Amino acid sequence: MGSIWRTPRRSLHGSLHRLLGRGTLRDIGLVCLADGVVGLSFGAVAVAGGLPAWVPIALSLLVFAGGSQIAMVGIVLAGGGAFAAALSGLVLNTRLMPYGLAVADVLGGNRWLRLLGAHLVTDESTAFALRHSERPRRRAVFWACGLALFASWNGAVALGALLVGSLGNGDALGLDTAFPAVLLALVLPALSGDRALSTAAVTGAALAVATTPLLPAGVPLLLALAAVALLVRRAPTGGTHPDNPSGPASGPADAVSPDPASDLLLVTAETDR
Amino acid sequence: MPLLAILLLAGGTYALRVAGLTFPTRLRLSARAQRLLAGAATVLLLALAATSALTEGQHFAGWARPAGVLVGALLAARRAPFPAVVAAAVASTALLRLAGVA
Repeated sequence: MGSIWRTPRRSLHGSLHRLLGRGTLRDIGLVCLADGVVGLSFGAVAVAGGLPAWVPIALSLLVFAGGSQIAMVGIVLAGGGAFAAALSGLVLNTRLMPYGLAVADVLGGNRWLRLLGAHLVTDESTAFALRHSERPRRRAVFWACGLALFASWNGAVALGALLVGSLGNGDALGLDTAFPAVLLALVLPALSGDRALSTAAVTGAALAVATTPLLPAGVPLLLALAAVALLVRRAPTGGTHPDNPSGPASGPADAVSPDPASDLLLVTAETDR
Repeated sequence: MPLLAILLLAGGTYALRVAGLTFPTRLRLSARAQRLLAGAATVLLLALAATSALTEGQHFAGWARPAGVLVGALLAARRAPFPAVVAAAVASTALLRLAGVA
């Protein structure tokens, strides 16, 4: 078995290494691993919460933005309406539009490749592409990261969804903790050093928690959005550069943070993740 | 969960991605609008994190879950790798439940 795989694998590894640069391949692998853990818990939690296995699998294939998937399933499992949940997910994914602006030059040329590549625009693929300045390398890094993430994310979600279906009770395993933990890990980098945003976010969270026992599911989250008004009167503080509207750093997952493992699809991340 | 809601999120998300790629010159949002959009996403994520950590349905979720989330948050604040954050949070909750904490 080993001898069959060794030769082609090594040469593939070698050429990828030359194309992507030292370290990048390893970093992409680490991010895939991190997102794989999240995907595994996403699939598992969705099914443990009572959704059929095809729901997290279809979401991951069709939406491919971890943060919004987690948000949508989280709201639905808490008893909220599916369409309100989808709209909340869309709010999270508005950050993908400026990401598209940021990597538009990487996906120039062939129209079909651009339409395919659009689906691979995530916190991570954008962050990786923006690390490099020469266009061929940016393009290679974007596709490598996007495709590797698509494979690992969807594989992990399917595995989690199908495994837990056979395991049964996920609560004893603490799986219900994975969602909030993932969400916090997504948000904390965006909050650090931004006092206005932190104030707004904490106010919104307090509003949502306080009203959860009183209001129908899903409504408290919309109430939390009222805290965004706290940001309206304030001038931008640090972070985003006014001359660089395509910078992804404004995303909730802070896509260009020095630690690639903290960027989620979001996941993300950027929220999406 | 209705398929239509999934397709709404999928279609809307894809449209946002393609819009950014296809009309880079026409869709230049002001820095202010971008900050508000990013701010809205962050506020939403933290509110969702807080409600899903503390509540189950319309009730308190019990102590084991928020305790596990707190462990994860402390690790995340110290910039621990993502898998470590999730694994520590989940394991803490599982251990607390094993010890009899709801």
